[in-house]
Parts: sequence; C-alpha cells; structure tokens
Amino acid sequence: MKKNYRLVGLDCANCAAKMERKINTIKGVNEAVVNFMTTKLILDIDDENSEEILENVKKAIQDVDKDVEMKRA
Amino acid sequence: MKKSWIKIALCVCLLAAAIFTEDINHLISFALYLAAYLVVGYDVVMKAVRNIMRGKVFDENFLMSLATIGAFSIKTYPEAVSVMLFYQLGEMFQSYAVNKSRKSIAQLMDFRPDYANLLTEKGEEKVDPYDVETGSLILVKPGEKIPLDGIVEKGSSTVDSSVLTGESMPRDVSEGDEILSGCINLNGLLTIKVTKEFGESTVNKILDLVENAGNKKSKSESFISKFAAVYTPIVVIAAVILAVVPPLFIEGAVFTDWLYRALNFLVVSCPCALVISIPLSFFGGLGGASKEGILIKGSNYLEMLSQAKTVIFDKTGTLTYGIFEVSQINPVNIEESELLAYAAYAESYSNHPISVSLKKAYGKEIDKTVLSDVEEIPGCGVSAVIKEKRVLAGNAKLMKKYNIDFDEKLYIGTVVHIAVDNEYKGFIVISDKIKETTAEAVSKLKNDGVTNIVMLTGDVKAVAEKVGEELGIDNIHYELLPTDKVNITEDIIKNHNEKEKVIFAGDGINDAPVLALADIGVAMGAVGSDAAIEAADVVIMNDDLTKLSLAIRICKKTIRIVKQNVWFALIVKFGVLILSAFGKATMWAAVFADVGVSVIAILNAMRALKVSSLNKQ
Repeated sequence: MKKNYRLVGLDCANCAAKMERKINTIKGVNEAVVNFMTTKLILDIDDENSEEILENVKKAIQDVDKDVEMKRA
Repeated sequence: MKKSWIKIALCVCLLAAAIFTEDINHLISFALYLAAYLVVGYDVVMKAVRNIMRGKVFDENFLMSLATIGAFSIKTYPEAVSVMLFYQLGEMFQSYAVNKSRKSIAQLMDFRPDYANLLTEKGEEKVDPYDVETGSLILVKPGEKIPLDGIVEKGSSTVDSSVLTGESMPRDVSEGDEILSGCINLNGLLTIKVTKEFGESTVNKILDLVENAGNKKSKSESFISKFAAVYTPIVVIAAVILAVVPPLFIEGAVFTDWLYRALNFLVVSCPCALVISIPLSFFGGLGGASKEGILIKGSNYLEMLSQAKTVIFDKTGTLTYGIFEVSQINPVNIEESELLAYAAYAESYSNHPISVSLKKAYGKEIDKTVLSDVEEIPGCGVSAVIKEKRVLAGNAKLMKKYNIDFDEKLYIGTVVHIAVDNEYKGFIVISDKIKETTAEAVSKLKNDGVTNIVMLTGDVKAVAEKVGEELGIDNIHYELLPTDKVNITEDIIKNHNEKEKVIFAGDGINDAPVLALADIGVAMGAVGSDAAIEAADVVIMNDDLTKLSLAIRICKKTIRIVKQNVWFALIVKFGVLILSAFGKATMWAAVFADVGVSVIAILNAMRALKVSSLNKQ
C-alpha cells in the first residue's frame, strides 16, 4: 500500500538521506522516498502488519532526528 | 532565526574580547573563549551528547563537538570557537536557502484555488473545492481562480490560463465551452457546471505532478546519497588513525600536531555541501521548468533530457496543426472565389474532412436549389450540375476518367481538381498546416546538440518528404500504421548509445505506447488531456514546440550546476584532507572546506531556478 506523509521539522538534507536509507532497510517496506525539498515521505509498504511497519518507520525517523514529526499528508 | 542572530553576535563580541585580552590575562581570556564557545555551540554539544548515548558516532553534531573540544584541548582557542561559529552560520544559511527555495516554488505553484462559490438553493456558499461534487453549479467572479474543471453554464468572460500553459494568452469563453481549473477569470461573471471532482481536476493534477517530481531521483542524487553514506565513516576512521598511529610509530612525532591534523579531518567530514546542493539544484530546475509550462515528472527525466540526442516527432498534430485547411487555390481562366464556390457546391452533400474544409473556406450559405444530379464517383470525386453547368470535382483519376487535360504536379496535401463543362478550371489544395514555430524549434533542437531528428507519419511519401524538406528533417518514415511507429521507435532505441537519450514527442492522442517506450515521452499541448498527462514523462502544457528545446536547455543548465557543485565540493574537500594529512592546512582551511563550500554550492544551486534568460537564446 502507498502512503504519503509530511515530515514536519525536516531541515537537514543529510538527515533526510539517512532517514531514507534507514527506512528502506525496515522489513515490510518495499520502497521509501524522502523528498527533502518538499519535506515529504512516500512509502510503499506491505499490507500485512502495516501498523507495526509504520511504527518502525516512525522510530527510524526519530532515531535520526528526534525533532522531526511524521504527519499524514 | 532572530535568537540565532543574537547568539552569533554575542559570540563574535566575546571572541573579540577574548582575543583582545589574550596578552593581558590568560585566565580571563580563556573564560571569554569558553563563554563564546558555549553561547554558539551549546545546542550542538547537547545534541551530540544525546546522540552519543545512543551510540551514533557519525552524527555531524558529535563530530563538530569532538573537533572543537579537541581544538580546545590543544589550546587553539580561536579556531575552536570559530569552527563552531562558522558551522552554525553555515547551518543558518542552509536553512535560509532551503526555505527561500521552498517558498519561491510555493509561489510558483500559487494557483491552488482555496475555495469555490457553490450555488445552492439558499444562494451562494463559500466551500472547500474538495467538497464540491460533479454536476453542481459554481459561481466564479472576476479576478477569481476557476476552482474545478467544468462547462460554462451561463455568462461569458475572458480567462487567463498562463499558470497552466506558461503563456499569458487570454482566451474567450462563453456558454457551453469547457473550462479548466487553475485559469483566472478576468472580467465576466461565470456560472460553471462542475464536471470533475477537485482530485481529478486539472489544477490538482498539475500541482501533484510538480510536487512529486522530486520523488523520482536522478542518478546523480543516488550517487551522492551512496557517497555520503560511506564518506563520513571513512574520513572519521582516517582521522582516528591519523591521531593515533603516527605519534606511536614515527620518531619525534608530536601528538598534538597529529591531533590537530585529525581534528581538521573531523571538520571536513560532513558531506553537507553535496547532500544539500544537489536536490536543491534539481528542485530549482524542475520548478523553473514548470514556470515555463514544462512539467517534468522526475529528476531522473531531467537528467535524461540533458542527454537527449535523438528526437522522434509524430507529424500530424505535433509538427503540424492536425487540422485540414484550404492552403492553395490555383484558378485557370476563372476567379479564385468562383472556383472555390464550384468546389464547395459540388462537395456540399459530403461530410468528408475535405468537403468540410472546402465549405469552411467558402464561408457562405450553400443554396441547394441551384444544385442537381449530384453523383459520387467512388475513389475519384463528385460530379454535379450547378446552375446548368456540369462540374467535376475530385482527384487526378477523375480528370483522367473524363479525359480532361490538367497539370499533374505534386503538392503537400490533398488536391481537388475542378472542371466545368469538361474544361479544366484549376485546383484547390487542402492540407494540414505546419505550425509557425516548428521550423524554429527544429533548428533550435539542432543547436542544442540533438543530432538525429526523426519524423513519423501515416501520411503518404510525397507529403512526408515535402514537410521534411521544409523543416530540415531528413530522417522520415511515412505511410506508417500505429504498430509501425512502435517498431521504428523500438529499433531506434535498440541501436543507440546508452548515454544518448531518445525523446518521443507527440500530442498524447493515440501515441501512448510510443510515449511509454521512448526514454523520455513528451506530450505536447496536453493541458486538459488526462491520458496524455498520465502517459508522458514530460508534459508541455501548450503546443509550442520551441518549449522542447527550452526544456533541454533548462535541464542542461541544471545538470551543469549539479556537476559544478559535485566537482567543486569533492576537489576542495579532498584537497584540504590531503593538505591536512601532511600538516599543510590550518583549521581555517578545513572550515572553508566545510561551511564555505556548502554556502557556495547552495548559492550556485539556487541559480537553477532562474530559467527566463534561457528562453531568449
């Protein structure tokens, strides 16, 4: 399933790149793109256990920069 | 932002005081240095502490803190404070630049309608465009944006569609006309029957497309992303080795000297300049292009467009208008208007495109009472009696059939010969017109480094060759069926160099397979055509072909900026690293390689947004 999020507070390009790499290693994530300029996260994740996957995505983001919040676009 | 400036100013004052008191009292001076450092670097150090507790050693905050604290430990106080000061200044500049770019794109995209005036039984009501259902009536007042696609139900006005097409050509609309969201209603009051929900409306589709263009990343972006992932660890590990190994193994090596070199490494260890300036450049290029009515669906396509060497055009509707018109009247011993009248009368019963264009050119009412004995001669033309004269109108075969002498030359388009009472009276040519800008566009493309221009058409050889000759296109394929177009495109793609990209440009109607097949599918004049917007990689909103070469130029400029930034950053960073390793670079040089390079790269990247000057070349 495809989902779009806004990453509020994303102000460091290197962090965006790190988040993208990190999210892409999460199990159940088929593809993740972080667009630094539009502060968007485009996720393509498995339908199964989607809640858990999203929780892990959130964790990965906060792990890189705890001031960034993931909001539904 | 303001708070940051106060911190910076305070830090500079304290730093100046510290330098001033250095010769007077060491303790006071040290205290001032420390104060200056803490004012500007407290946040960074705190973040670093938090991160290190979670075991993240390759975090910029940590590396910067380590470098500056290290500098303190070897008593290079001014450097320690300045590195932190410049690091913070650089960060501030970065966020300023990013915000500015985000804002200028947002301004560019400022055609999202905020509301719609919905007409209900109670009167007019201001609602969110999202809440308007198809079939409802909305009111658009002068000066307002058209919020949803629809059909004009009542009223007439002039609308400005420049936000959609990049061209400010006002268009008149009145009852029954289709109208696209995103246009601005200039003068009249319009009542519009909504035909598409907001999500499906033109304006929303375009906004979506532009906003998401950056999601498809280019090769250079992926390269930088991979590079950044290994660069920091390698530089940091090198720094550790540099600090530890030589003092142990080289006789007479001074530890603080090598530590200084290692600290330089830490200062240069952030790949920030590259990581930020490349998406910024692409973002600017994509935004600048959309301002010109050129929608590029991804950074990857932007990159490919800059490498385009082959352009395949579909003739009808792309190079030409795709509308058939009388283009030439050649009377023989007769008035031009009379010849046209004979042709129009003779063909008046037919609905064939040729007859339609003849009637259109004649422009007057056809008085059918003077017409009799109309007989269609299949594959040849018409025979009819007009005002007691027998008129033959048709192709060369018809003339031959009736043994009429005539001039059998080749013309672009369809030729209708006319004979009255078995006497040849001349001919009328009906043809599709080449667009005014096509020839200019073709020569511009050649100037832009496109070496192979190909024309595909279902038309006959003579027409294809003539059009090709007129436009300076020598690679032409004619009498093609739709499947042939696919095969030829496939062949071209198979036989070309990987690095030289193939563009296919069509009007987006019936050519979706070819659009998808080419490296870059360009749909021309696609505003309002969902299928074309969907199938293409690049959408040119109006049908001006010169925009294609403009698109290539914008992409080339963007890629040039990206390359400049990559090379500039790499050369300076590695240069400083090498000099540092040999003890030839100061920490000032390292600060420049970090912050200075970032600032310069960002300033350079912001040039990508400026595309208007490319138009005139």
